[in-house]
Formats: sequence, structure tokens, C-alpha cells
Amino acid sequence: MPPTLGPGSKRESPLPDVYLDNAATTRPHPAVIETVAETMERVYGNPSSPHGKGNEAARILKAARERVSALIDASPGEICFTSGGTESINTALKGVAHAYRNRGNHLVSTRIEHPATLRTLDQLAEDGFEITLLEVDGEGFIDPARLQESIRPTTILVSIVVANNEVGTVQPLGEIRQVLEKARHERARYERARHPGPARISAGSAGGRGSVAPPLLHLDAVQAAGKIPLRVRELGADLVSLSAHKINGPKGTGALYIREGIRIRPMMAGGGQEEGLRSGTENVPAAAGFGKAAELAAEWLPGAAGRLESCRARLVGRILAEIPGAILNGPSAGRVTLSGGAAPHIANLSLPGVPGEVMVRTLSEQGIFISTGSACSTRKPDPSHVLQAMGCSGERIKGALRFSFSPLTTMEEIDLAVDALAAAAAELRLLTGTPTLSKRGASS
Amino acid sequence: MNSRWERLVLVRYGELALKGKNRPFFERELKRRVKDVVVARGPAGTAIRETHGRLYLELPAGTTRQEAVNLAGGLQKVFGIVGAGPAVRTPLDEGEVMQAALEVVREHLALDFPGRSGESGTKGGAGGDVQGGTEGAHARPLKPVTFKVRAHRTEKRFPLDSLELNRRIGAHLLERIPGLAVDVHRPELVLSIEVRKEGIYLYSLDLPGPGGLPTGTGGRVALLLSGGIDSPVAGWMMMKRGLRLSAIHFHSYPFTSERSREKVEDLCRVLAQWGGSVDLHIVSFTEVQKEIRLKAPEELTITLMRRMMLRISERIALAAGIPALVTGESLGQVASQTLESLVAIQEAASVPVLRPLIGLDKTEITAIARRIGTFEISNRPYEDCCTIFVPRHPRTRPTVEEAHAAETVLEFEGLLDEAVRSAERVEFKA
Repeated sequence: MPPTLGPGSKRESPLPDVYLDNAATTRPHPAVIETVAETMERVYGNPSSPHGKGNEAARILKAARERVSALIDASPGEICFTSGGTESINTALKGVAHAYRNRGNHLVSTRIEHPATLRTLDQLAEDGFEITLLEVDGEGFIDPARLQESIRPTTILVSIVVANNEVGTVQPLGEIRQVLEKARHERARYERARHPGPARISAGSAGGRGSVAPPLLHLDAVQAAGKIPLRVRELGADLVSLSAHKINGPKGTGALYIREGIRIRPMMAGGGQEEGLRSGTENVPAAAGFGKAAELAAEWLPGAAGRLESCRARLVGRILAEIPGAILNGPSAGRVTLSGGAAPHIANLSLPGVPGEVMVRTLSEQGIFISTGSACSTRKPDPSHVLQAMGCSGERIKGALRFSFSPLTTMEEIDLAVDALAAAAAELRLLTGTPTLSKRGASS
Repeated sequence: MNSRWERLVLVRYGELALKGKNRPFFERELKRRVKDVVVARGPAGTAIRETHGRLYLELPAGTTRQEAVNLAGGLQKVFGIVGAGPAVRTPLDEGEVMQAALEVVREHLALDFPGRSGESGTKGGAGGDVQGGTEGAHARPLKPVTFKVRAHRTEKRFPLDSLELNRRIGAHLLERIPGLAVDVHRPELVLSIEVRKEGIYLYSLDLPGPGGLPTGTGGRVALLLSGGIDSPVAGWMMMKRGLRLSAIHFHSYPFTSERSREKVEDLCRVLAQWGGSVDLHIVSFTEVQKEIRLKAPEELTITLMRRMMLRISERIALAAGIPALVTGESLGQVASQTLESLVAIQEAASVPVLRPLIGLDKTEITAIARRIGTFEISNRPYEDCCTIFVPRHPRTRPTVEEAHAAETVLEFEGLLDEAVRSAERVEFKA
């Protein structure tokens, strides 16, 4: 099925409505809205109730879980619904840190994680955990060799953002998996040597609950899901965080993949829903909407990745060619492989001399919606930590713009946006750039 | 706690008494504002009575002291009021006034000096005095609360004169309330007693008002409101002199954000709490700024921008029948606020530009901003239209001639008309 908005999406405003801020959030697909509304109206039972209404809700929830698990090639029993990406990440990091505290106190991550990860790690540091943040290169890639060096006998978790939300760098997941596997084998051997006797710990995925040796691997796939193929077993991931509203689903819902056998300490204590991992009555309509969005995303994925890539290539190519001084932040194009690449739906470019915020507002007036760095950093005018970690200059960070697409983005929208951007850049540079028109120059 | 005497809020207004023939007018405006506050915060059935150069808000039976204090607190933002506080009124009878004095002082001690008097631990019943005293003596690590009685008798039919009242009531309080000590020079608590024809008023708490003149007694001015720390203070100072306020804000969207506008709206809400209402004109300044930026010498940008702002403001003001502008400028704070700069800017306007902060330091202005509740809002980080397009080397001593010369190449009349025409107006009420 080609991704279309279908009837009811007709625009009535005279301005275009070009939404290129899909890394912040996406427009819910009409089928998702329909699913959420229908579920909310008809299936109002509590999935825990043993009567007909409850059973009906439980069935809906089960179907949603199956659809979400299918998107990342997991088993339904490994999907825990949460309130969104931030909760998933918090649960993964704190849950593992506390459950595996007797196995070590060291966590490894990167400098370009989402604040949900970085702030959670700050909290864990306050609780006595030791944190290593890996540096990235000018395109935002970590060096797997550095990752290997960073791992200690006390490392319990490595947390990596699959596709960075600001610049779209996709990390070399294949190499990361190899580093982790090697570390687990060494760890298992080391622990066997210290505690000879019946093998208590086995490496790899074999074995039942409680049998997985650290360090575990958490992938923040909030941006990557639905845009690049993610098969959790192929990636060797133990935990994966997902969010519904980044894939045309509803806000306020997400999921955490927890591989069979991984223990976590739940963040929410209570009635024991979600296998005790996340208490609280399930948000059935939102989960159903997430299920629908995941189903659509899985359906689109084979075709969408290519289409997103051509959108990105077109936008980046035109901007670099047509706007003097424009610079790409992050990896250039290329297919995403297990050695990394560029997320097909995110392009980050700087127009030095034009404050990003001013450009965002200028285009907004024309019905074109883009972002500066990350919309998640709310209203704080702090410079992007991602671009800083990549070694970008202050001027480049100030002028950074993020364009992000969804499978619903069209090539016409890309062209409209670039046309408007080029015109606005020319005008704004006259006003805010180096003042060359001043008749007296620096006569004072 | 209910009282067997009538509860009131006594409102004092000082300066008004000096206003000769205008006094009834000032009192009427003051009463109007007080009535707004009473309607908004006071108990239903409160009557406002004016006598002896004061307002008495007569509260319905059953009103507690705390409710009276809350109402008095609401009056602290009414210009013209010097002070307001809870009071009780007794019949002209010595026994009554003695008992009322005990009650007023006990209530005051319990609320404002907890732990400082033996009364705070007991329920203030007449029978508990002696025991309260012993307990207080044991549990009194702190210094006694110092007090004095200040009686004033205008009703001469009452047999005790003010000296005698001071003496007898002071002795009565000392005897009955533990943890008190007399200090006639610097007391912590003053019990005021006023013997008047209609009864005896007793009060010990006076919440200071802002002073000044009642809103609406002095016409209206238009304030250039930027969002910084100074301009709201300038507006407040004018309101304090009885003026109503219109505010004019210049934005440069998309160079400034929606947040700067929200900031200015929030400032107007705070100012409206003081002045009853503020009406805000929001002017888009972007096109004018572009014209200046593109055609004028960079170092004169600020002078020219400000001259344009005055021109636009003057047009808006005159169209609304407002005879003067107000700015938050003070001398020498920034390069553009030198005497020469102010002169070069002022020349663009024909109406007077009032600058109530002209002689104040930043620290003095900031202190007022904190007190009146605008500082936190002004301190939010969003840019306003004066902080973008800032030249690297602004002229600190521009001349009128230079400004005229630069303006000859600017085509601004049409832009000014459009800015005035497209201005939005929003009204904020207290």
C-alpha cells in the first residue's frame, strides 16, 4: 500500500502545509486515528478484568503487541508498553543498572545520545554508578575500537542511539554487536575463573531467565524504527526503546523490547501489568494505535527507505548547490548498513550567518515547518550538545537546521522547502550577516 | 476566631489629604479602586465607609481576623493607600476596650510572633491567663515581645484621656499576657486605640500600601514596553502618580520569537494588577528595521530605530488621545542612553517623553522590579527587537543632524503608517 494521507487530508489554507519536522513528531496516520478512536469508544474494558469487556481489551492489546514486535522482529512476549521513548529509555537504563548492580556499576554510552539517556545517566551517576561517554567523530560516529577499550569487568550496560535525532548518524551496529559479544565471552570466562564450579552464567542468548551475562546492549531506536530495518536478534540487542509518535502513531505511548532472559527492576510498582514490568492500567487505545502505526511502518519499510533516501539526497544536494556557504552536519548519504550510515529521514545543515531560530520562524510564516537542532530540548536556547560533540564551530551550531521526513513526505514538498529556504537565506543574510552594505563601514 | 466586636479593615491614605479642593475627586477614585478589590477579595456584605480622612471597610459579622488580613493584603497594590490593616470597633466603654485590647494583641501574637509569647501555646481564653503565664515562663527561650499602646481621643465625652488609656491598657496587657515588655521607643508591636464618636477602634497591624495617587486621577500615558527590566518599572512609577497606562511593544518577528511577545503580555498582566487595567499595542517593527539596516550607517542603527519607535508611538498615542510617552531610559546605562543620544532621539517626537528612571542606577531599578513583581518575567532570556541588529560600534554621541542626514535616504513614511495600521491591541485587566 503506498503511503498516502487519503481523503480528509485536503488542505484548505492558502499557505502550503509542508511539515518537515518528523523527527520531532509525526502526523498521525488517518488509519491510526481511526483505530484509536474506535478502540476508545468501543473497547473500554480493563484488560485485567476477567469478564467479556476485559477479555476484549486484552485481545486488542495482544494484537497491538504482536504488531509492534513484528516491526523489530521480536516475540510479542518481549514487548513492554510504556508511555513513550523517554520512559522506555529510563526503564532500560535504571532497570538494568539496579537489577545488575551485583554484577558491576559501570555503564557506557555516547556523547550524542538523546537527553532522555544523558539525564538518566546523570541520575545514575548520582546514585554511584560510573559512566563512560564515548566521543564521536565529525560525522557523529563512534569508534568501535574505543567502545571495546571502554568496557571493564564491571560494565553492565552499553546504551547506543541507533539513529541520532539531530543529525541522523546511524552507528555501526554490526561492529558494536561484535564488541559486545567478545566482551560477554571474556566476562563469562573471567567470572568462571573466579567462581569455579557449575556454570552459573552462560554467554550469548542461550539459556533461560537470569542467565544472560553483562554487558547488555540497549539500543535507542526511537528515531530509527520504521525508517531503517531493525531485527533485534541480528543486532544482538538486549533492550530496544521505541516510540509511537515518531512513526505516525499517537503520542504518549511507546515500548521497550526486553529480550527473554533479561532482568530489570521495574520503574512503576503496582498492579503488576505488563508481566510486572510496568504497572498501571494499559493505555489500550494508544497501544492499538501504536500497533496500527507499526503495522503500516513495517508495510512501508521496504519502499519507504528508498523514497526517504531520495528525499534526503534531493534536499541536501539542492541546498549545498544553491545556497552559498551551506554545510552538511552529519554523515553524507549512502545506504545504511550494519557498518552505519545516514538515517534516510534526517538532514541537518548549517547556514552560517543566519540564526537557525530566525530561519525556522521565517519559514513557519510561509507554512513550512522545520527545526533548529532538536525540538526535544524544549525552549532552552542551549547550543546543541550533538553538534558540539562533533566539533562544530559556534557559528555553525547557531545556524543549524534540521529537516526530517516521513514516508508521507513528497518530492514537491522538498522542492517547496528548498525554494523558500534559498529565498529566505538570501534576504536574512542581508540583514543579519556581516554588514557589507553599511555606507560608512567601521568609520566610528 | 470570631470576635464579639465589629471587625473592620482600616485604610489610610496620606498624600490625598493635602490635595485641597481636589480631595473629593481623589477620594472618589480611590474608593472606586478599593471597591474593586473588596468585590474581588472581600467577604460579601462588606460596606465601605469614609470618615476622618480614612476608609473603613465594615466586615460582616463572623468574619475572621485572617479574612480581614487577606483583604488588607489585597489593598497593598492600590495606589494612594499608605497602609491597611485589620481593626475592631467597640462601644465607648472602658471595660469593652480593655477586653478588646487583649483580644487584638493575642491574635496578633499568635499569628506574627509564634513562640515568642506564652499566648501562642494556649487558646487565649480569659480563664487560661494565669496558667498560660506559667507555661510561657517555662517555654520562653526568646526575648519578650516589646510593645506600646498609642491611644488617641477625639471624642472628649469618653472619660479617659489618651495618657490614661495608654497607662491602663498597657498595664492590663502586661498583667494578662505573658512574654510582653514595654518599649515606647522601638516597639515590635504597637496597639493603636482611637476613641471616636461612633466607637473605639483598636488595631495593631498595618500593611504598608504603595502610596502615590489613586489610579485614574491623572489621565493616561503611553509606555514603550520592551520586555527588559527598566520599562515595566517606568510604567509602574507613572501609574503610581495616578496615571492610567497604555503600553506599546515593538516586535520583529521572525527575528524575535513568540516568546518575547508572551513575556510582554505577562508584564502587562502584572502591571494591570497595580493599575487596574493596561492596554497593550503590539507593533510589528520588522520592515522598519530592515529599511534602517539596509540603508543607514550601521553605527546609527540604534538612534534611528529609537526615533522610528517614537514616531510610531506618538501616532498611536495621539490617535488614542494620549498626550505623552514614557520610556525606561536612564542616563548612561548603555551607550544609546547618553545625554546626546537621548536628545537626538527625542527630537523625532513632538509630544513630551517622560523618563521616570532617568536618575536611577540599575541596582535601584532592579530593586523596584523585584518588589513590584516584574523582575522574574523581564529576566527570561528571549531576545527583544532592540537586541538584534545591534551594531558593533554604536555611536555614543549621535547628533540630530546626523540622524536627519541618515533619514533622508530612508523611505519610512509608508512603513510607519503600515506599522500603526497593523498594530494589535490587547487589554489586560487586574
